[in-house]
Amino acid sequence: MSFKAGGAPPRAPLSSRFAGRLSRMTWVDVVVAAAVLVLLYLVLRVGQGTTVRFSTDQSVTVDTDPSRLPYDAARSLLRMFAALAASIVFTFAYAYVAAKSRRLERILIPALDILQSVPVLGFLTVAVTGFIALFPGSMLGLECASIFAIFTSQAWNMTFGFYHSLTSLPRELDELSRSFRFTKWMRFWKVEVPAGMIGLVWNGMMSFGGGWFFLVASEAISVNNKDYALPGVGSYAGAAVTDGDLGKVGWAILTMAVMVIGVNFLFWRPLTAWAERFKNEQSEATEIQRSVVLDFLRRSNWPRLLGTSLRPVGRALGRAARVFGTDDRPLTVDPARRRTGDITFAIVAGGLILWGLVDLGFYLDDRTGLGVFGEPLVLGLVTFVRVVVLVAVATVVWVPIGVRIGFSPRLTRVAQPIVQVLASFPANFLFPIAVWFFLRTGLSIDVGGILLMALGAQWYILFNTIAGAMSIPADLREAMDDLGVRGWQRWKRLILPGIFPSYVTGGITASGGAWNASIVSEVVTFGGTTLTATGLGAYIAQATADGDFPRLIAGVAVMSLYVVGLNRLLWRRLYRLADTRYAL
Amino acid sequence: MALKALRKLRPTGLTGTTGTPTGPAAPAATPPRAADGDVLLETVGLTKSYAGADGELPVLAGIDLKVRAGEIVALLGKSGSGKSTLLRCLAGLIPTSSGTVSYRGEPLTGANPGTAMVFQTFALLPWLTVQQNVELGLEARGVPAEERARAAVQAIDLIGLDGFESAYPKELSGGMRQRVGFARALVVEPDVLMMDEPFSALDVLTAENLRGELMELWESGQFPTRAVVLVTHNIEEAVLMADRIVVLGSRPYGTIRETVEVDLDRPRDRDAPAFQDLIDRVYRIMTGRQKEARLSGRTEPADQDKRTVAGTPLPAATVDGLSGLAEMVAHRGGRCDLADLADELGLDVDDMLPQVDALDLLGFARVSGDDLVLTEAGSAFAGADVQTSKPLFARAATEVPLVKLITNSLRQRPDAAVRAGFFRDLLAHHFTSEQVERQLETATDWGRYAELYTYDADRQEYRLDEGASAKI
Repeated sequence: MSFKAGGAPPRAPLSSRFAGRLSRMTWVDVVVAAAVLVLLYLVLRVGQGTTVRFSTDQSVTVDTDPSRLPYDAARSLLRMFAALAASIVFTFAYAYVAAKSRRLERILIPALDILQSVPVLGFLTVAVTGFIALFPGSMLGLECASIFAIFTSQAWNMTFGFYHSLTSLPRELDELSRSFRFTKWMRFWKVEVPAGMIGLVWNGMMSFGGGWFFLVASEAISVNNKDYALPGVGSYAGAAVTDGDLGKVGWAILTMAVMVIGVNFLFWRPLTAWAERFKNEQSEATEIQRSVVLDFLRRSNWPRLLGTSLRPVGRALGRAARVFGTDDRPLTVDPARRRTGDITFAIVAGGLILWGLVDLGFYLDDRTGLGVFGEPLVLGLVTFVRVVVLVAVATVVWVPIGVRIGFSPRLTRVAQPIVQVLASFPANFLFPIAVWFFLRTGLSIDVGGILLMALGAQWYILFNTIAGAMSIPADLREAMDDLGVRGWQRWKRLILPGIFPSYVTGGITASGGAWNASIVSEVVTFGGTTLTATGLGAYIAQATADGDFPRLIAGVAVMSLYVVGLNRLLWRRLYRLADTRYAL
Repeated sequence: MALKALRKLRPTGLTGTTGTPTGPAAPAATPPRAADGDVLLETVGLTKSYAGADGELPVLAGIDLKVRAGEIVALLGKSGSGKSTLLRCLAGLIPTSSGTVSYRGEPLTGANPGTAMVFQTFALLPWLTVQQNVELGLEARGVPAEERARAAVQAIDLIGLDGFESAYPKELSGGMRQRVGFARALVVEPDVLMMDEPFSALDVLTAENLRGELMELWESGQFPTRAVVLVTHNIEEAVLMADRIVVLGSRPYGTIRETVEVDLDRPRDRDAPAFQDLIDRVYRIMTGRQKEARLSGRTEPADQDKRTVAGTPLPAATVDGLSGLAEMVAHRGGRCDLADLADELGLDVDDMLPQVDALDLLGFARVSGDDLVLTEAGSAFAGADVQTSKPLFARAATEVPLVKLITNSLRQRPDAAVRAGFFRDLLAHHFTSEQVERQLETATDWGRYAELYTYDADRQEYRLDEGASAKI
């Protein structure tokens, strides 16, 4: 072959190609158009409800007629997606600033690490009070508080992932951007976001799955001895539980299952399949994500039409964003100026934090005395034991099953989607049934609490074990067969080391989830009966209900301490071990 | 054939699809076209160093270099000679530690506005089509969409990619991908095209073809850039393409060892005696200095004791690799021409340099002229079976400074164990952290094979091999 001269192959003029495409409108296009129209209508219709007038004196009654469920489900979904949108905006802004500013990075990243470990549910009260004050007399305040709660369960994870992809951008892509003098805007949208897209989508999907739990927990909440409720599946279930009506609880569970599976099928599957194009591999991938919905959309002409019509907007934005400047790094830095800047920044940031701490200390001292930390510290030990038992039992139960599933492609195909749904199904939805069971059998909530926490947390261990078992190369297994390595020796030499990295990921997620779940698991109600366990979760839940802020702060702080401590002392080390020793 | 096609290109070809004769889109602020001989890039007293234990460790030092319009300059050196670092300094992608880099007389303050880079790994954005990739540089300059599409299509045609406009990079072969890399750089019409080992990720035939086409394009006078800086470790490639070869030496750090003018007519004939002579000459320059030092060291045992860890770094050669080479030389009677051997194996001479250096360092072979000659110990080593080769290798390896240092340190410890961090700190006085890792990697491989010491990767600790003393 040679560099050859000559023009491009002849092409039809743009307008005629366009017309040709339009004339090829198929039934697929009609279906897609109708679907979009219906979706828009639903969003508008449901969205109207969020601005309904509402005052704090109003007592809330939730209509538990099952025919209300579709509307409630739509409201819940709207909340989930609003939180997702907020998370994405937050992710871009926070991760970008942390990755680009050397100084802010030192504060933002450790802060994110802590935020990730803070039991979000503990702060729901503060959020509700704050947002109601922000939008007096409107449902919007409650709505925002609920969205905020979901947001806090999604954002940290996504931000960490995106930050990581920003800082680990392949060197040649960075050099490409600077050598060709990209604008900052271009670098972000053409290089950095696409390079991080796969992580963003997968993290988003996982976080969204975790968000259901917070949706349920935040729709119906009592703060300061007052009950608040938003129309939604969570509050519907809450009301059904208060009535002690298991039939209606069943309807709510069914609705929830439909929502979780539906969103997965219609939104996340297509998105993960679409994200395949951002794989930075120079060859065709072996395992490709597929989605029927995406294939259907691709068969229609709409994506192309939309692309063509939006292109001028993109160009205009690109032109406007030239004001942000070119992606360039000055070659010379004045070390003296840099040092001065660093020192100033350290003083200002350190001063602000110190001031806040002193203020908090005075506040607590004023209200209750600093001894307020003592009780949660002790109670934390009890909850800690629950978490440990949970992780241990879940490991013993689910690891063998997960390995079994992961080694069999046929079982994997069936089981993996089910486990995925189970992992994102909000466990607190099933609590009423569990409590009914406890009441029947007389099982103590102190032990039963572990079961409740496990309802949500255990799936992460199973899910990751399956993934780990799948990642063990077939030739290693064949080699073991060939050598006659089986039984315990096979587990010790091949299976356990092989699944270890994935298992650690599952374990850390499960343990974090369990701590968070303890807030709703250690105090549960069904009908008129309330069961309370001894533990830090119950302590926080109690403080929330009483509006006792000093104890709430102490409880949340201590729980964060436990989570961070556990992560640093145990999980981080296991991570490192997995990385250096057991990486396949 | 390609040449003929190109001749046609300039007058009529650029009319392309649009019917209006425009060159590839030029940005508003293009400087006037440089006349042949104008200095485009210049470095004065350039040094580049990275942080080490004793402060800064130089990677490049005292580099004075001019790149003029109308010439192709090759930066040639072994790995670790700092040639890629120098290229990135010239492109304004990394700061120099001292000295200046200027473009058309203006010192650089950021990325060089007059260069565009072609990457070893292509650096194509996999989520964009070929055409979108090619348009990137123009888009960055704010060239309107229609104009940029026109220019991209022309560049794509020029580089032999027509028909691939809407393909995604992962659908293309390596050679086609690098064509996209070239088109993307050429379409912005930079003054200087920067090529960072552009052919080394391609298979031999593809690389040969692409090199040839690029040279035809350059000679035809249609090349959109005024000068080329080519980084390579391949001597033949440098002689084939460059007007001037800047040979970088790597000890103790990257300096310009010699600049060789290449006066051969183009297209160059590989089989011409002048071409072969030049390759031999460049090869001698690349290996020369260290060879002299080594040979004298070999004859004077007193000198050998003076070999230090810093002055004699271990080449990145595994025991398998170096004994493979020794066996091949033994097969050919204990002496053979390196270039011929490389040819036979389908390798470049420079691919074998680490193994050659290793044999030399161990006293198993020495370089005499263009030949590699096995020593007595080397012949014995090459002829030995696994069990007998080990003591032979151990005896030779104990004379290698770093291996010796590790062995002696271990002997002095009562528990016969030393943390790797200890050696890392010692080496950090002379090498960058990356180099330190490579040095230790080789020392570990050699020491393990020689059964002098073992290395526990979990504890990051060297230990004396228990059976060691008995076996020697």
